[in-house]
This record gives sequence, structure tokens and C-alpha cells, in this order.
Amino acid sequence: MSDATNFLSDGQDWTFELLTDYDRAIRQIAVDEFGLDCYPNQIEVIASEQMLDAYASVGLPISYHHWSFGKAFISHEQSYRRGAQGLAYEIVINSDPCIAYLMEENSLPMQALVIAHACYGHNSFFKGNYLFRQWTDADAIVDYMVFARNYVSECEERFGIEAVEATLDACHALQEFGVSRYHRPAPLSAADELLRQREREESARQRHDELWRTLPAATDVDDAVEPRVFPEEPEENILYFIEKHSPSLAPWQRELVRIVRKLAQYFYPQGQTKVMNEGWATFWHYTILNRLYDKRQVGDGFMLEVLTSHTNVVAQRGFDERGYGGINPYALGFAMFTDIRRICEAPTDEDREWFPTIAGSDWRETLDTAMRQYKDESFINQFLSPKLIRDFRLFAIGDDAGRPFLEVDSIHNEAGYRRVRRLLSTQYDRDGLLPDIEVLRFDRDRSRSLTLRHRQHRGKPLGGEGKKVLWHLQRLWGFDVKLETVDENGEVVSVASVGSGG
Amino acid sequence: MSVIIDRRLNERNKSAGNRARFMRRYKKQIRRAVSERIGERSIRDMATGGEVEIPAGDISEPRWRHGEGGEREIVLPGNREFESGDRLKRPQGQGGGGGSGDGGEGDGDEDNFTFALSRDEFMEIFFDDLELPHLLRTEAGDITEPAYERAGYTRDGAPVNLSVVRTMQQALGRRIALSGAARRRLAELERLQASDAVVDVESDAAVRDIAADAVEWVDADKSSFADVSADAADAEDTAESADADEADVAALDDATTNELEALRSRIARVPFLDEIDLRYRHRVQVPKPVSRAVMFCLMDVSASMDEHRKDLAKRFFTLLFLFLSRKYERVEIIFIRHTDDAEEVDEQTFFHDRKTGGTVVLSALTLMHEIMHERFPADSWNIYGAQASDGDAFGVDPERSRVFVEESLLPGLRHFAYIEVCERPERHRSTLSSAYARIDDERFAMREVNERRDIYPVFRELFSARPTRVPA
Repeated sequence: MSDATNFLSDGQDWTFELLTDYDRAIRQIAVDEFGLDCYPNQIEVIASEQMLDAYASVGLPISYHHWSFGKAFISHEQSYRRGAQGLAYEIVINSDPCIAYLMEENSLPMQALVIAHACYGHNSFFKGNYLFRQWTDADAIVDYMVFARNYVSECEERFGIEAVEATLDACHALQEFGVSRYHRPAPLSAADELLRQREREESARQRHDELWRTLPAATDVDDAVEPRVFPEEPEENILYFIEKHSPSLAPWQRELVRIVRKLAQYFYPQGQTKVMNEGWATFWHYTILNRLYDKRQVGDGFMLEVLTSHTNVVAQRGFDERGYGGINPYALGFAMFTDIRRICEAPTDEDREWFPTIAGSDWRETLDTAMRQYKDESFINQFLSPKLIRDFRLFAIGDDAGRPFLEVDSIHNEAGYRRVRRLLSTQYDRDGLLPDIEVLRFDRDRSRSLTLRHRQHRGKPLGGEGKKVLWHLQRLWGFDVKLETVDENGEVVSVASVGSGG
Repeated sequence: MSVIIDRRLNERNKSAGNRARFMRRYKKQIRRAVSERIGERSIRDMATGGEVEIPAGDISEPRWRHGEGGEREIVLPGNREFESGDRLKRPQGQGGGGGSGDGGEGDGDEDNFTFALSRDEFMEIFFDDLELPHLLRTEAGDITEPAYERAGYTRDGAPVNLSVVRTMQQALGRRIALSGAARRRLAELERLQASDAVVDVESDAAVRDIAADAVEWVDADKSSFADVSADAADAEDTAESADADEADVAALDDATTNELEALRSRIARVPFLDEIDLRYRHRVQVPKPVSRAVMFCLMDVSASMDEHRKDLAKRFFTLLFLFLSRKYERVEIIFIRHTDDAEEVDEQTFFHDRKTGGTVVLSALTLMHEIMHERFPADSWNIYGAQASDGDAFGVDPERSRVFVEESLLPGLRHFAYIEVCERPERHRSTLSSAYARIDDERFAMREVNERRDIYPVFRELFSARPTRVPA
């Protein structure tokens, strides 16, 4: 009975004082006991309408105006009102300080769970994982968004909503192809960005000279110079190429391209680390809250509510069950981190054979390394154990359009473990999700046309709306745009093109 | 350390701008969806707003993705009976891409995008770019209706109008005014009395707290500042004179103690809330000009008008009513039904009661004319007429009706619409419509309606915005 005096609270309702108490208790465990390295936290309590707003602006606290965010808002609102979709308990933003939104409707145990999950789990992941460290600037993103929002609305005033919308539509269509995967982007800074944009505009204005227009057209260009191939190397970042080389964009349109590109860059790591990020956060809320319970700081009722919710989050349905929605990243990620800990603490013979380097090692160090140095693809390839393949009863199906049937490729048995693991890991690879398209040629000296190359991945054609994206690209480019599809041997399979007339 | 911020009071409607952009962009589709719904459902339901669907294909945001075909492997959980090498039938109607995690392809091209419109949005689209012909809103005649307006605060009123905030401001001001000086003096004396020179901060602090509170209150509304400070000055005078009286008595040693007593009881006597603190929200009646309209619904209910035709007529009348309600603050409706004889009835009777008899159109027109003259003088009412009939009229009736409409009714009307309801397109013109066809007046319009779905287009046609010509 004397233990009861340790409880931080009893009852369901939260107050700001209690949130502070819980945050302190959780911090003590997360940071002091388990050594998580976090950005400072900024915890914001919001109402459900505000949560819907936050959903619509892709989770950022502020974003520029665009109809597609309105569409997202309407569809979330609609399914929420109908009860088809609950709202997330929280949204957390990769920023420094790390901003987390908590819903006011949550009960106290839920708030504690969310604080542990978002403010210490996701937060430490954002701060530690190499992708986030290299590709995002947590301390600049919010400022940058303010800059972007102001810039877009300024453009709307100067050039009209329709014109801005058309440009943004085109950029959004190419968003995923606005990422440079192999070199780190320059750090973001709203102030620099504003300055740079002003300078560019000003220098363009100063260099403008009516005289140039009176020059007679060159006549002998064509025969004299052998046109050089440009760019020398194919460019994977299509939006970057457009921003730098499009022959027809106005300066403000280039800036819009840049804004969308920077945003795509910022979100790129999130798409690559879904399993790890959610798994990490889930593992930590589970571990931290259990520790809180072990220290008798919370009671049984509290823990039961937390566990109910936790169990729902990590439920994985079988492929043929009702409500199956793919592999649940929370379930897989949580299971993998828990499993790594198990391998460290209580390895079996099988684990020793599969994971000789980590079996029996210090679990905190191993987990920390895994979190810092991997992304979903490599994480699964490295750490998915036979035990988990059995637990999830994973199996792979081969689907070859050339054959009238599907074939079970491999299952959770001795012969299949490695293959299932490799196939699952490629499923999280960017190539598995997005077609491989890059800028091949810009005919600078003659037609100014742009040629892209789509390299087919195992014979997969481009999806149905490919042509529409090409229209958008053409709108940004202003001259003919061509998309060559080549098969794995480099043979051209088909060519689609959009001319400047259409 | 973590910072916890309460953002619940921040702006809630951040997405309104984006939503409005969406609506603007897809206006055409939304309007089409709205007019399709009118064919399906009762118009009264529509007036409450509701859900509309637009094809998802129209609003898709194209992206480059892998298409179907080629080779791929999909890893799935929950294997029960499969062994490697098993061959399965390819599931139909389901893309192979489903396994690629959350590829985001699942938006579904065939599904419609459904969303809710508020009543106002709905009506906005519903009646978009429709305009009332000859809208000279007759505000003339200075038609006024009493309306309540806020007019500050008063000292007396009904308890329901009590303004708590304002009352507490007054009470606070009064308390400071009446006890502030005494409190200060009290603090001073207590300080003196404490020989070890420990300053008694408490009471001083109490006074300061109260004063700080007061400043906040007063800041909230500068207008009351003058009141409070004037009151306070008054009170301070009285307090000081009291001090002076007491000072006479206080030359002795225990005078201080006495004074302390007196001060304490004086402070205690100041009530927390007094009757003079009470403030009530004041509302006054002011006459407001209103524009009002009356709509005459005329319908032939002779035997040839079956339920279907009545339904068509009703839909038309309802549309007209909704439309007028948007333009005028008050709209009255007069229902007149007729066979060979006309009578004014209520809505229920108008649409659902049966009556048998012949058809004399003129009777309804005459009755309308009478009612107009008795109750709705044209200088203070905007008068609209709508007539629905199957067009059967006999003998001299159609011709006399035409003359009556043209010469007696139209001069006093804003607009008169005649709707002929017939179940299938009839080859030849009905007797009434051929007579009406000769009316040449821009305030008169006639159309034929055969099906439910015609109603809205016909309505739009009648009222689509056009350059307004001022009636002669």
C-alpha cells in the first residue's frame, strides 16, 4: 500500500501540471537511464480540428496554400466525421526543438504514451538517424516554411492564383523526383533563402538589356558546332535540373520549383525509415512505460489502458484477414527492435549462427547503432531474424505478368529465410516504389528539347498517369519533352513525348 | 527540459484557405454534382446542404509509379498453408502493386470523392450566377421592423442580462476605492508596530495585487476607466477625512491599537459585491429597413393534374422560394389553387388535397389580383407570381387570362413565371400556353417541364443573370 504514494496521479484526466510531471518522469527514464539523445521538446496540446489542419499540411505546422492540401483536409475531415478514421494521437515534427502535437481528447495514460512515443522515441530517432542528419535541417525547417508560405502568397498576389497553382501542380507531380540521393544538400536558411532570391531577381533585372533583342539571329550555328551532350552525366534530380536549366521559367517559377524541391528533400528520409522510425518510437514507449510501472510510478489501470492501445497499434493481420492493409510498420519495427534486444540478452543457437556479432552484446549499444546507421531496406536486410519470419509467417509470392498464375516463391523455412528477408528488404527500397527516371539530354543548341530516360525495373511499365506527369513537366520546361523507356539491357522499348504545342 | 504549450485556443480554421481553393478549382464539377442531386432528392433536403460526390479522376494528382506488369515479388504475412512452389490463381481485379508497402496508389481511380457542403455553400453553388430579374429591392415605403441592438450597459435590467464581467469590474473598483487607503494605512501602522522592523509585506502586497488586477480589468475597457478612477478618488477623500477624525483621538499610546481595530473593521465592512455594482447588458430596439417579398403560387388542381405533375410544380415552387429567401429578408407565400373556382389555401391543402371540377384559369388570376390589392401594396412589397398548370383551358378563358395577366397583373409584379407541366413532350401547344405566348413583357417567362430533372435547368434558364433592364 505504501507504494501507492509513488503514483504520479490517479484518474483519467490530464492537467498541464500532470503533463509536466509525467514528462519529467519519462525524461528521467529515457534520457538518464537509457541514454536517449533528444532535441529539446516543445509539446503542444491541440484540439481535434487543429489535428485535422495539421494532417492536411503534411504534418508541418505551417505550409503554403494549395488546393491539394484542401483536398486532403476535406477527405480526412469527411472520414473522421463519419467515424471511418480515428485521428492520430499525435503528430511529431522533425524540428529543433522537436514539436509534438498532443490531442486534447486523449486520456492521461494516452498522453503519457504519446509523450514517450513522440517526444523521446521519434525525437531521438530524428536526432540520431544518419538520413535525417544528412538530409534535413531540423533547426531551420519551420523558418523555411514561413518563408515559403510568404513567398507563395506574394507570388499569388503578383502573378495570380491560377498561375501559381499551375506551377505548383506541375512541381507536385514531380515532387518525388526532386531529391538528390547522393550528395548532401546545402543547409536551409530562411534568411539566406530570401536574400538569395532577391539577389537573383535583382541581377536578372540589372542584366536585362533591350539591345540584346535587336541582334540578328545567328545563321551558321547549326553546321559549325558539333552539339555537345548535356548534361554529361544523367541527372536524377529532375526538379533541380528544371530549376537550373529550364529555358522558359520566370524567376519566381524557379523559386517555386526550388521550394517544392527543398520540401521533397526534407521528407525524403521519412519515406525511407517508416518501419524503423515507428518501430523505434513504439519500442521506447513500451519500454519506458513498463519501466514507469516497475518503479511503481503508475498503477495497474494506467498500464492496462496503455497496453490496450499499444496492442492495437502493433497488431498485424494476415494477408487474407479482413482489414489487412499491408505490413504494419509499427508491428514490424517494434518486433524487430524487441527481437534485437532479445538476441543481445538471451540468444539462442540459431541467433548465434545468424547474428554472431550482436548475440550477447550490450543491447543498448546495438540498438543505438542500428537506429543511427540504417534505413528500412538495410535494417531489414541486416536484422530480420528467422524467428520473426516464423512469427509473422512471412512468405513471398512471385508475380510475373508473363505467366498466367502466381507462384509461391519462398516461405518461412530453412530454405526460404534468406530469400524472404532479401525480398522484404527490397520492398522498402526506393526502386521498389518509384520508377527509375532521370534527365538524359538537354538539347541546348538546337530544339531545346528535354529527354528523360525511364529504365524499367524488371519489365514493369510506367503507371497509367505517366503521360499526365509528362504534361506537367512540359509545362515547366516550355519546349518539347520526351520520355524514353528502356529495358534492363538498355534497349529502347517505347518513347512518349509531349510537344510545346500540346 | 520540455516546454508544454496550450494551443487549443489558436486559430482552428487553418485549412479554410486551402479548402476554398479546392472549391474554386473544382467549381464546375461541384456544380454538376449539385444539379445531379436535385434530380434524385427532395428539394427541402437540399436546403440543409449535404454531401456531394465528384469523380476522383478529375481531381487526381498524377505521379510516376510502376504500372502493372513485369515481374515482382510480394512479401505477405500470415501464411497458413502455402509451400514454396505452389501455384495460385491470379486474383482478379486487384493490382499486383498492393504489396509494395504503402505505395499510396490506393486512392482508387474509380471511387468518387465525396465531401460535405454547408448549407450556405450549397445554396451558393445551387443559385450561383442566378439573378432575380428586375431586382429593385423595394425597401421603399420605409418598411421597417424592430430589431434589437446592443447599446452598452445599464444599472438595472433583468437578471438574465447581467454582465458578470462588468459587474465584477465595478465591484473590484469599488473595493479598491473604499478600502485602499485604509489598507495602506493599516500596512503602515503594522510596520511601525513591528519593533524588529520586519516589514509586513503581506498586506502591502495584497493591495498591490488588487491594484494590478484592477489595472488589467480597466485595460480591457478604457471607457470604464474614468468611472472607476472617479469613484476611487471620491472614496479616497472620505477615507482620508475619516483618518483625520480618528487622528484626533489618537495621541495616546493605545491609539495605534484602536486605529488598527478601526481600520480592520472598516476594511471588513466593505462588501465584496454591492447592489450598486450590478451592470446589465443593455439592448435597444431600433427600426431596421427590411426588404420583403411575397410569392404567389398558383396551381391548377383539376383532375388532369395528377400527383406527378403536382410534384413537378412543387419542386419548382420550392426552388423559387429558396431562391427568393436568399434575396429578401422576409418572404411570404400565398397558395392559390383553382379548378373552375379559386381559393386561398395552406401548403398542405395546396399540394395534397384533391378537388374536382373544371378549369377556369382566370379565377385564380383574379383572386391573386384581389389579394395583392388588399394585403400587399406594390410600393412596399416585391411581388412574384408563379403559375403551374397542365395548360388545359377552354373557350375564352385562355385569351381572357392572357389579357388579365398582361394588363392587370404584370404592372404590379417583379416577375411572373408560368410553368407548364406535362408528362411527355406534347407535340402541340396547349391552349393556355399558346395564348400566353403572345405576352410580350420581359417580366413574363414561360417554360415547359416534363421530368424532374428538367426543373433545375429550366429554373436556371429563367433566372440566369442577364443585364438588368429597368422596367418601364
